Amino acid sequence: MLESYLRNRLKKKDILLMTHIVLGYPSFDASLRIIESMAEAGVDLMELQIPFSEPTADGPVILRANQTALRCGATVEDCLSLAEKVTHTFDIPFLIMSYYNILFKYGVDDFISVMANCNLQGAIIPDLPPEEGREYLDAMEEHTLCPILLFSPTTSQERMRYLASFGKGFIYCVARKGVTGQDTDFSKDLETYLVRCRNATPLPLALGFGVKEKADIDFLRGKADIAIIGTQTIRIIEQVGVAAVGDFIRGLR
Amino acid sequence: MIERRYYGEFGGAYIPEILVSTFDQLVKAFKEVKDDPDFWEEYVKIMSTYSCRPTPITFAENFTRHFGGARIYIKREDLNHTGAHKVNNVMGQGLLTKRMGKTRVIAETGAGQHGVATATMAAKYGFKCTIYMGEVDIARQSPNVFWMKRLGAEVIPVKDGARILKDAINAAFRDWVTNMDDTHYVLGTVCGPHPFPEIVSYFQSIIGKEARGQILEQEGKLPARVYACVGGGSNAVGIFSGFFNDPVELVGVEAGGKGLDTGHHASRLASKDGTIGVAQGYKTYFLQNSDGQMQETHSVAAGLDYVGVSPILASLREEGKVRFESATDQEVMDALSLALRKEGLVPALESAHAFAQAFKEAPDMGKDDVIMINQSGRGDKDIFTIADAYADPEWQKFIKEKAEEYCA
Repeated sequence: MLESYLRNRLKKKDILLMTHIVLGYPSFDASLRIIESMAEAGVDLMELQIPFSEPTADGPVILRANQTALRCGATVEDCLSLAEKVTHTFDIPFLIMSYYNILFKYGVDDFISVMANCNLQGAIIPDLPPEEGREYLDAMEEHTLCPILLFSPTTSQERMRYLASFGKGFIYCVARKGVTGQDTDFSKDLETYLVRCRNATPLPLALGFGVKEKADIDFLRGKADIAIIGTQTIRIIEQVGVAAVGDFIRGLR
Repeated sequence: MIERRYYGEFGGAYIPEILVSTFDQLVKAFKEVKDDPDFWEEYVKIMSTYSCRPTPITFAENFTRHFGGARIYIKREDLNHTGAHKVNNVMGQGLLTKRMGKTRVIAETGAGQHGVATATMAAKYGFKCTIYMGEVDIARQSPNVFWMKRLGAEVIPVKDGARILKDAINAAFRDWVTNMDDTHYVLGTVCGPHPFPEIVSYFQSIIGKEARGQILEQEGKLPARVYACVGGGSNAVGIFSGFFNDPVELVGVEAGGKGLDTGHHASRLASKDGTIGVAQGYKTYFLQNSDGQMQETHSVAAGLDYVGVSPILASLREEGKVRFESATDQEVMDALSLALRKEGLVPALESAHAFAQAFKEAPDMGKDDVIMINQSGRGDKDIFTIADAYADPEWQKFIKEKAEEYCA
C-alpha cells in the first residue's frame, strides 16, 4: 500500500520528500503545528519519532530534542495519540521512528496492533537488525504494516539483498558513516552507493542523514526516490521558529 | 551479521546497520585469537611483566578474628598496574586492536579506572586515544582525568542525558559509527552487543583462574562463597568464572545507594526495580520506567552507577547460579573504614561493596568456612569522595589552602 502510494506520487514528481519530527518537541501543540505546515507545504510522507532516553543513532540536535521532550513529560501514550490524530487529519502516510526498547517495553505485538489501529503505515527502528527482529517482522506482516529496513555504505551487496527481503514500502539508505545531522558529501561516491542500493532491491530508495538544502535534493533527483529531511527542520524551528517550517519545505523542490 | 550470542534470554546484538560489518570483523578477529594457543600465552606474559599478575590472595587475619566466623581471603586486583582489574581487559583488547591493524582506541569510563587503563595501554602500544566521560563523573573523579590527559589521551566530557557512565557509552558509540575504519572501541565491561560480553569475560577470566588455584594451594579447599561488586559486572564475571563448575556460592553485590526503597540506587538485579529491556545494543535488566526510558541511578561509587548489567550475570541469576545483594553508600563507607583500620587495605568504593556484604555474612559462617572477596581496585582515586564522606577537617583545610595558592 505504501509502496503503491509512493509509485503513484513518483509519476507526478521526480523526487519525494519525507520529513522527520520528534514528537513532543518542543511541545505536543508545536508538533501538531509543525506537522500541519509540513503537510500543507507538500511533504509526501513523514516519520514521527517517539523520544527515547538513549537515541544512539542520532546526533546532538535530535538527541537534545529527545531529551527535552522527555524532560517535558512526553510519554509513549501521548505520542501514539498525537499520531492517531494526524493520520486522520492529514492525507499523507505517517511512519513511527523509534528505538526497539520503546516497542519491547510496550509489548511488540501490542505496539504494532496499536500502530495499525492508529492508521500508521510502518516503522523505522534503527537498532533492530532483522536477525534480532523476528517477532517484530512477523507482527508487522500480520498487520500489513511496512518495516522500513536500512542500508548503509558499509553494507555488502549480499547483505543488502538479505535486508531487502524483509523490507516493505521503501528502503532507508543511510548516506554516510556517523550519526544524524552531520554534513554529507554529495559526491560521486554517494552516487555509486545509490547505484549499489538500486541493484540490490526493486523497492523505492529513500536517502537520509545530512540532507539539508535544495542543492542536496537536486543532486538526488534521478538517483533516489525520496529525500529525507531530519535534523535541518529542528534547526530551523530552533533558530527561526515553527512558522518558518512551511517556507523551508516549499523552498526545497 | 555473522554471529549473535545470547546468555539465556539476555545479550544479543542490537546494533545499527552501519556497524554490522565492524562487528563481523571483531567477531572474526576474536575467534582467531581464541583459537590461537600462543595468544593466551602472549597475553599472560604481558600481564606478568607489565602489570602485577598473578595478583596475590591475602589472608585477612584481622577481619577473620574480628568477625569470628569464616576465614576471609582477599583477591588483590588492586595491585594491578593502574590500580584495578580493568587493565586485564584493556591489555587484551589492545592486542586485539593491533591484530586488526587499527591505530586508534576509544573508551567510556565511569570511575575513570577503565579510562586510565585504556590511556595507559594506548601509550604503551602507540595508539591514539579518546576517552568519553560523563560530566558528573569528571567532577567526582578529577585525579583520574588528570592522569588520562598526562598519558596522552583526549578526554571528552559528556554533557548529554544523566552525564554518567551510560551516556559516556552512547557517546563512544557515536564516535565509533563515524571512525570504525581505524578505531577500536575498547568497551570496559561485560555488557554491550555481542561479542563484547564474551571478549571482556574472556580476558577477565584470568582473575578466577588464578584465584581458584591460589585458594586451593593455601587452604587445600574451595571457598564456600565468593563476593564481587557488580556495576557492569566485569570483575564479578572474571572471578566467578573460575568457580562455575564448583560447589561455591557466588555473590554479586550491587550499589544500594541511599537504600533500595528510596529509588536512589543502581541495583538492577538485587532490587525489584529492574525490568528487562533492550538498550546500548543488548538485552538485560535495566532501571527504566514503564515506557522504557532509562532512569537516573545513584551510587557513591561512580563505577557502579550504571543503568544496565551484564547479560551473563542476568542469565546466571535466572539459573540460580549467582545470588545478588546490595550494599548502601553508608554500609560501604563503614566497610572501607574497617578495611583501612583492620587490614591496611584501601579498597576502591566499588570494591568496598563486596567487602560490606561479606562483613554482613561472615559472622554467621563456620570457622572452617573460607570466603573470598574480590578487591577489584584500590581507593586512592576516591580520595575526594572519601574525604567528603568523612568530612575530614584537615583535608578540607589543605584543599582550601591549595585553592588559595592557585588563586594567588
